[in-house]
Amino acid sequence: MEIRAKESGGRLTLYFSGELDHHAAKEVMRRAEDLLDRYMPLDCTLELSGLSFMDSSGVAVILRLYKRLLNTGGRIWLENPQEQPLRVLDISGIERLVKITTTAKERGR
Amino acid sequence: MNSRNYIKIELPSRSVNEGIARAAIACFAAQLDPTLEELGDIKTAVSEAVTNAIVHAYPDSIGRICLRGRIMTSGELEISVRDWGKGMEDVEKARTPLFTTGGPERSGMGFTIMESFMDKLRVRSKPGKGTTVVMRRTLEKRRED
Ligand SMILES: Nc1ncnc2c1ncn2[C@@H]1O[C@H](COP(=O)(O)OP(=O)(O)OP(=O)(O)O)[C@@H](O)[C@H]1O
Ligand SMILES: [Mg+2]
Repeated sequence: MEIRAKESGGRLTLYFSGELDHHAAKEVMRRAEDLLDRYMPLDCTLELSGLSFMDSSGVAVILRLYKRLLNTGGRIWLENPQEQPLRVLDISGIERLVKITTTAKERGR
Repeated sequence: MNSRNYIKIELPSRSVNEGIARAAIACFAAQLDPTLEELGDIKTAVSEAVTNAIVHAYPDSIGRICLRGRIMTSGELEISVRDWGKGMEDVEKARTPLFTTGGPERSGMGFTIMESFMDKLRVRSKPGKGTTVVMRRTLEKRRED
C-alpha cells in the first residue's frame, strides 16, 4: 500500500494504491496523518483509482480521516474507487458522511 | 466425499497472512472460472474472516488459523476459517451490524460484509475454545464442464 500526495490551492489529494487491509491500515493512518499535519488542508481528496482492494479495516481508516478533518473544519472526498472497494464502501453506508465521485464511467446500479 | 476438490492451509495469526489468505483462496477459486465481481466478493469475505481471527481470537499472541476452501459436488464454493482463540459468548450479538468489541480501528462491519458477499454464513464459537466461520457461495455458471 502506497500514498502519494499532491497539494494545490489549499486542496490536498492523496493517491492511494495497493491493498488497504488491517495489515496496511496502521502505516497508512500514520502516513496520512503526517501529510495532513504537514499540509493542513481544508479539503482533502482520496484518489482511489490505484486501490485494488479494500475491506472493513479500510473503511475504518477513511472514517478516522473524515473525523480528523471534521475537527479542523475540513472536508474529505473519495474519488474513482474501483469495483471491489466501491462494493465495500456501498455496504458500509459511508456515503452518508463522505461523498464518492466517479469521473470515469457511470456507477453501475 | 462430498467435495470435488479442496485446499487446506495453516497460517500463524500474523497480519501479513491476510493478503496471503486472500490470494490463496482466489487462486483456488479460479478453477470455477469466477467473474471479477465474484472473485472480489470472495476475497473480501476471506479477508474479513481471517482478520477477525488475527485481531479478535488472538489479541495478544500468535495463534493458529486454519483456512480451507472446498468445491462441493453441487459446484458451490465453501470457505472456512477456524481458530482456537478467545471465542465469543454471543454469536448472534456479534453478527449484528456495527457491533464491535474493537476500538476506533474497527467498524463492526466484518460479519455484515461476509453475509452480504456470500450466500450462506455459519458461525460456531465457544468462549476459550475458538471460532469456526463457514461461508458458501454459488458461482454463476458460465461454461460447461
Ligand atoms: N474469530 C473471532 N474470535 C473472537 N471474537 C470474534 C471473532 N470474530 C469476530 N469476533 C467478535 O465479533 C465482533 C464483530 O465482528 P465484525 O467482524 O463484524 O466486526 P469487527 O471485527 O469488530 O470490525 P471490522 O470487521 O469492521 O473491522 C468483533 O468485534 C469481536 O468481538
Ligand atoms: Mg472484523
